[in-house]
Amino acid sequence: MREPIVDTRELTMRFGGVTAVNNVDFVLREGELRCLIGPNGAGKSTFFKCLTGQYILNADNGRVHICGVDVTGWRPYEIVRLGVGIKTQVPSVMNGLTVYENIWLSARRVRDRRGSDEETRAVLDELDLGPLSRRLVGEMSHGERQIVELGIVLAQRPQLVLLDEPAAGITGSESEKLVTLIHRINENAALIVVDHDMQFVRMLGAEITVFHQGSILIEGHADDVLSDQKVREVYVGNRAA
Amino acid sequence: MNEELSAAGRIRWGWFIAWAAVMLLLPMVLEDTHTLTVLTIWSLLALSLGLMWGYAGILSFGHAAYFGLGAYAYAIASINFGESTVALFLAMLVPAMLAAAIGAMMFFGRISDVYLGVITLVVSLILFKFMNATAGDVYRIGDARLGGFNGIPGFPILNVPGFPSMEIWGTPFYYVVAVALLLCYLLSRWILYSTFGRVLLGIRENELRTELLGYNVPLHKTAIFSISAAMAGLAGAFFAMWSEIVTPGLFALGQSAEVIIYVIVGGLGTLVGPMAGAILLGFLKLLLGEQTLIDNSLVMGLILVLAVLLVPSGIAPQLAKFRKRYIDRLFRQRSGSSGRRRRKLGGSGNGKESS
Repeated sequence: MREPIVDTRELTMRFGGVTAVNNVDFVLREGELRCLIGPNGAGKSTFFKCLTGQYILNADNGRVHICGVDVTGWRPYEIVRLGVGIKTQVPSVMNGLTVYENIWLSARRVRDRRGSDEETRAVLDELDLGPLSRRLVGEMSHGERQIVELGIVLAQRPQLVLLDEPAAGITGSESEKLVTLIHRINENAALIVVDHDMQFVRMLGAEITVFHQGSILIEGHADDVLSDQKVREVYVGNRAA
Repeated sequence: MNEELSAAGRIRWGWFIAWAAVMLLLPMVLEDTHTLTVLTIWSLLALSLGLMWGYAGILSFGHAAYFGLGAYAYAIASINFGESTVALFLAMLVPAMLAAAIGAMMFFGRISDVYLGVITLVVSLILFKFMNATAGDVYRIGDARLGGFNGIPGFPILNVPGFPSMEIWGTPFYYVVAVALLLCYLLSRWILYSTFGRVLLGIRENELRTELLGYNVPLHKTAIFSISAAMAGLAGAFFAMWSEIVTPGLFALGQSAEVIIYVIVGGLGTLVGPMAGAILLGFLKLLLGEQTLIDNSLVMGLILVLAVLLVPSGIAPQLAKFRKRYIDRLFRQRSGSSGRRRRKLGGSGNGKESS
């Protein structure tokens, strides 16, 4: 059996009287692709931020193991250095730098200068961003910036990729390209994709974990989970309302 | 250098050599190198803040703290050592160490920008108050009495290393300061060219993203904070030598405010801008100091307001835009018309031109 690459034990995060993540035991294994879904306020993004170190954890918050290492209390940069690529909910890019510079800066952390140049060009080709390489990212559309951020993540060739709402603001045809890209990334890395878009989640065809009120409601394959009555009530029902 | 990367670390050697030549030739034209020296010192101080604020996005409201600390460290050390070489080194080291301690506390402690501004301001105020209260005889470091409000006068000025009796003063002192400024400029460019500098640009643009790339953001910010403080300390030491006295006034808020104005008016996000701002406004300050009709700080404030309204990006970026829009276009038009003329005359236009 493949080794767990993400393993949370009794992960809990409270904000005042609100428990955003409640005793979550979650396991993702090497090479796996998992989607996290759930209605607004279900705790997906908080859970994501706990994994990425954006919320600094202490012993009271439970434990998080990534790549076999206990990262509880670690800062984001320390977690990333384990080989983790992170894409945040709102495109987090360097607006005043060009597309090339954004991706180069990412590549440079794990390679020498020449290697970074080569890797940057490879990523630009892979994402069809070559013609835009000299554009300032701040001048690009939301969808384009999402792709640039994916390029930033890809440039380090991580073994674990965490994507928070990668399909937000992306058009239909771009979604199809994104699904292909995510499957390609998954050939070499485990992925967690947090998203609202059920159509997009279906297209990914991956295992799904449904969050509800800070806890895991159900886990399983897309077809089984999405046809589950409880899921329809808490998620699809809420959307319909 | 990779052409795809930002020009922040690129040195335009033609411009640099011309600028260096002007700086080194000026004493031959101007008799008064005393004023020229202090303007160069203020340029160095503005460069130190411009590097940190313009490229790493860290605004210090109390940059005068490091300027004053450098001046005091130099004065105290030069009295104790009896010469300037070690003192000059300490004038950079002491502010750099204080900045490293404060920076580590602020940046590793995840203190937000607003509080960062407040802390830097308070540090400057504490030093100002403390130095004012050191009049008693107990306040001495070795042979140097801190002197309270009156400061420390009569310390050794710059000398040739190893020869305390060979003092450097007047035009030679200006040359030393000018070379120091040029070297600090080159150092700043080298920093911006290095990966460390690229990470600083990333931090300026998006701190979270830079951290999510795996860079140790607090460490980078602490490092540039320290480097900037060392440069400000060097400027402070030169100022101490120039004025031959150090007083608590060096830590005053007005001093910190002035250097911020130099950077804003000159052009934030450039290295040349802050230096140019310091020379222009510093010269104006000296001129205004000769009269009593208008308050000096009132004029400086007015200039800041006008600059923010009329040239919000600052003088240097505005001049660069002007050059790109008019002068470069003029050159392109001229080369275009001469190319057409050559083609009319049956000259050799290359494939690109003819297509």
